[in-house]
Amino acid sequence: MLLIKCPHCGARAQTEFSYGGDATRERPAPAAVTAEEWLDYVYLRDNPRGPHLEWWHHAAGCRRWFKLRRDTATHKFVP
Amino acid sequence: MSAQPFRAPNGGRIDRRRPLRFTFDGVEYGGFHGDTLASALVANGVNLVGRSFKYHRPRGILSAGVEEPNALVQLGAGARTEPNIRATQVELADGLVAHSQNRWPSLRFDAGAVNGFFSPLLPAGFYNKTFKWPPAWWLGYEFFIRRMAGLGRAPAAADPDSYTRRFAHCDVLVVGGGAAGLAAARAAAHGGAKVFLLEQDFCFGGALLANGAEINGAAAADWVDGEVDFLNGEAGVTLLARTTAFGVYDDNLICAGQKLGGGELSGADKTKKPRQRLWWIRARRVVLCSGALERPPAFPGNDTPGVMLAGAAVTYARRFAALAGENAVVFTNNDSAYAAIPALHEAGGTVAMVVDSREGGAGAFAAALAEQRGVTVRRGAVVTAVRGGRRVRGAVVDGTAVDCDLLCVSGGWNPTVHLFSQAQGRLRYDDGIAAFVPAGGADNLTVAGAATGEFGTARCIAAGAHAGTAAAAAVRGVRVTVHDVATVTVTGDLCASMEPIAALWTVDGGRGKAFVDFQNDVTAADIALAHREGYSKVEHLKRYTTLGMGTDQGRTSGVTGAAIMAGLCGRTVGAGGVTTFRPPFTAVTLGAIAGTGRGADFMPLRRSPLHDWHVNNGAVMINVDLWQRARFYPRDGETMMQAVNREARHVREKVGLVDVSTLGKICIHGRGAGVFLERVYINKWTTLRAGRCRYGLMLREDGFVLDDGTTTRIGGGEYYMTTTTARAAEVLAHLEFYAQTVWPELQVHLASVTDQWAALALAGPLAREVLAAAADAGAVDNNALPFMGYAEAAVDGCPVRLFRITFSGERAYEVHTPAGHAEAVWSRLLAAGAGFGIAPYGTEAMNVLRIEKGHVTGAELDGTTLAADLGFAAMQKTDGDFVGKRSLERPAFAEPRMELVGLVADGKKPIARGAQLIDRPGRPAQAAMAGHVTSACYSPNLNKEIALALLRGGRGLHGKKMFAASPLSGASTPVTVTAPVFIDPQGARARG
Repeated sequence: MLLIKCPHCGARAQTEFSYGGDATRERPAPAAVTAEEWLDYVYLRDNPRGPHLEWWHHAAGCRRWFKLRRDTATHKFVP
Repeated sequence: MSAQPFRAPNGGRIDRRRPLRFTFDGVEYGGFHGDTLASALVANGVNLVGRSFKYHRPRGILSAGVEEPNALVQLGAGARTEPNIRATQVELADGLVAHSQNRWPSLRFDAGAVNGFFSPLLPAGFYNKTFKWPPAWWLGYEFFIRRMAGLGRAPAAADPDSYTRRFAHCDVLVVGGGAAGLAAARAAAHGGAKVFLLEQDFCFGGALLANGAEINGAAAADWVDGEVDFLNGEAGVTLLARTTAFGVYDDNLICAGQKLGGGELSGADKTKKPRQRLWWIRARRVVLCSGALERPPAFPGNDTPGVMLAGAAVTYARRFAALAGENAVVFTNNDSAYAAIPALHEAGGTVAMVVDSREGGAGAFAAALAEQRGVTVRRGAVVTAVRGGRRVRGAVVDGTAVDCDLLCVSGGWNPTVHLFSQAQGRLRYDDGIAAFVPAGGADNLTVAGAATGEFGTARCIAAGAHAGTAAAAAVRGVRVTVHDVATVTVTGDLCASMEPIAALWTVDGGRGKAFVDFQNDVTAADIALAHREGYSKVEHLKRYTTLGMGTDQGRTSGVTGAAIMAGLCGRTVGAGGVTTFRPPFTAVTLGAIAGTGRGADFMPLRRSPLHDWHVNNGAVMINVDLWQRARFYPRDGETMMQAVNREARHVREKVGLVDVSTLGKICIHGRGAGVFLERVYINKWTTLRAGRCRYGLMLREDGFVLDDGTTTRIGGGEYYMTTTTARAAEVLAHLEFYAQTVWPELQVHLASVTDQWAALALAGPLAREVLAAAADAGAVDNNALPFMGYAEAAVDGCPVRLFRITFSGERAYEVHTPAGHAEAVWSRLLAAGAGFGIAPYGTEAMNVLRIEKGHVTGAELDGTTLAADLGFAAMQKTDGDFVGKRSLERPAFAEPRMELVGLVADGKKPIARGAQLIDRPGRPAQAAMAGHVTSACYSPNLNKEIALALLRGGRGLHGKKMFAASPLSGASTPVTVTAPVFIDPQGARARG
């Protein structure tokens, strides 16, 4: 069980958080993108081995969404 | 009480003033406080303790600890019985009842032993090869395999005991309370750290309890007592005995199981206290002092009862004053086993011979031990066979039988690296001790003592002290001086050195089975077979032969098996590696993992603030997700159907009151709240004036409907949203994501107020009259509070929010009040409505009413429906963005869709929920499925069986005759497709 550093509350147990997936995608302005680009945003995510920017939600804490970079191979959070 | 014939008259860490009685296979024996079940059996001369898994061979006690593969017993009886418990770890308690396992009809005569004669037909992989074909026969095979190859029996009744869990944090957690662990704990405490020390045994001390050495002039065991006393007196130190650290998880979370109440089964019975506690300890640094486990070499007949690890024989003799045999032969490849010579002699036994596989024999200290006692040492020799069946009678050395009743064996020691490996540490094969040792790679976790492959009491204590000091210094960020404990004086240490060891994995050339894995009956020949058949990687070897897959997880066999395979492949042991160590280190009782989370406490229970009123007024309750809700309120002699029909009719004819407090409620604040709602709902929101409600539908980004509900503009930038009961948490997290990360510039703030507000729905033609009588609201007529209007008022002095919204389709008001006022407001509404014939109604009638009205719930919002499928196409705004809008352009969505329709049964037969819609009668599989029933009920207001359904192209099929066929019951109901609104399609009742 990871120890996750919430930027607002400090280090807390993973059980307080829910995972939000890839945080590298920004929601595009729907009118400004092609169908392919929208499809890419809605459905397609990379599953990299190594550092990965992710969304985490401190659901059982301050209820803030924030980004952390986690190494998917080691489970370590990296700067 | 029997006489304990193999108990030495003096010595041992047992309390002879506290005798205990226990039974094994129905025979009563005596033991002492401080015994394990295994040591008491040894003291009573009981050597045959089990039958092996596959060949049903007689088996004796091999070890004195956690590595035991043979002596598995069934403890206790009835609901408290526990299978597969290692007798070597059972703390003896008065009245303890233990049975051997995997034997029938008895331990001495076991019918399954016939497998041994057929063993040439039962090689490794036998089950995989034989019982595969034909597939249909598997059920028959399984019945016999399970009878033959069983371990213990799980209790059939529910566990009557309770279990607890504790969370803890510490600076330094030390695993293992032996020489290194005690020193590490003391040094870390000295450095100012908050320390936990976990020991799986009921005594601290580890190998020191059986070591004849003196530390600082005192017996090793007395030094242990002194250290434990000191640590117990330290405020920052928590000592936990009987506590096994079984798993290391991310960021140094250590999970440990603690046995409570002393003996295995005694205390909890008497005191009703928890039987075990599961610890979750987050440690900033871990110092692993988990010691080392001895391994036997594989040689023919090495599983005969009376073959015992040399270190175990020493432990029984010194710690328990129990003599495992009167006349021993020692077979070893290293110096440590020579410690058996003085230990056995002092306990009253003799050692007939030492068979030392090394050409050069032992080092000087060990050789002197043999010489002092006049024990013959055969250098460069091996045991090639064992005489005896249910008990060792002799060992064959170079073709000559040497009489003995105990064969002490040692093939070397494996550092206990399981937890280190779990922490992603790397291993390295050390030729010097012929074993795998830690080689770095674990974060914030260090290993000290025998677990690093370092042997000798003085060196282990020093290593522990240094590791404890370093851990404390790292945690505190300061330099810390090493405690004096690092420089103890040790004399007479019997296990000062392992070297020179000569690797000895297996003895070739003898007749009979040479076991590697005793528990799963894997022999050296099985490993050779696996090699011939291509399963030479260690992980393949494990799965093909089941080597190391028993409850002992290969603690005595894993490295040996890997090394034998390495030899067959011509690779080094280090190159082949060992199989992955995974948690748990030892089995954890499921009850301990469940803790208090079972039965009614398995999940949290949510109750409406009106819960007590419902229960006190005869409501039948139902669980809906975590909520308990009032389902219906039966009157004298009513069936559920009668009660629900009455309640549903009553709302349409007069007035009813229902508790809808479970609705999700979200308070929305902020300058941009209106724009925010505009972007998360499909319809227009910026036009909503203060004091008005609006129905809204929100989508996921992929275009499918997420949830629906009403949102009210309380005033200014303050809105009050309701969601469905089921999706409340999901909707909040969804909105928070968009508010915080996508449109932070809107400065919208969200808070769940589900539990803060009670919600009651007052519905029916007379609802307005009731509200007018109950509320101090001034006018509640259609001008003051029109359809989709909002007002604030008071009921009996309690503040209420009034929403003119309807789920039933009747004229209705949702009355929300702070939860603490719920019962007062509810009761006042009932009292005010008495003259109008008001009646409470439950979730069943509410469901009937909404189906009659065609209102959707989770059954229709199933994650595959679009707003247009549900008839909400016109609601979607064309200007501006909203979540999910762009996805609606998917070409696939232009194809014919499953659309919401109503169904009316042609006749009295009910329509089954989940039934499939087909064109002709029959079973669903026999016809193309055109749709399915999402909600169904009997409508007492129409006197018809009705349903809502999703039907492909359904809006164009109104009037079509179809069949609703249940895939479960097979029943097929003729139905007519209709519009999904059965009552008041124009909404006159709601608006009037």
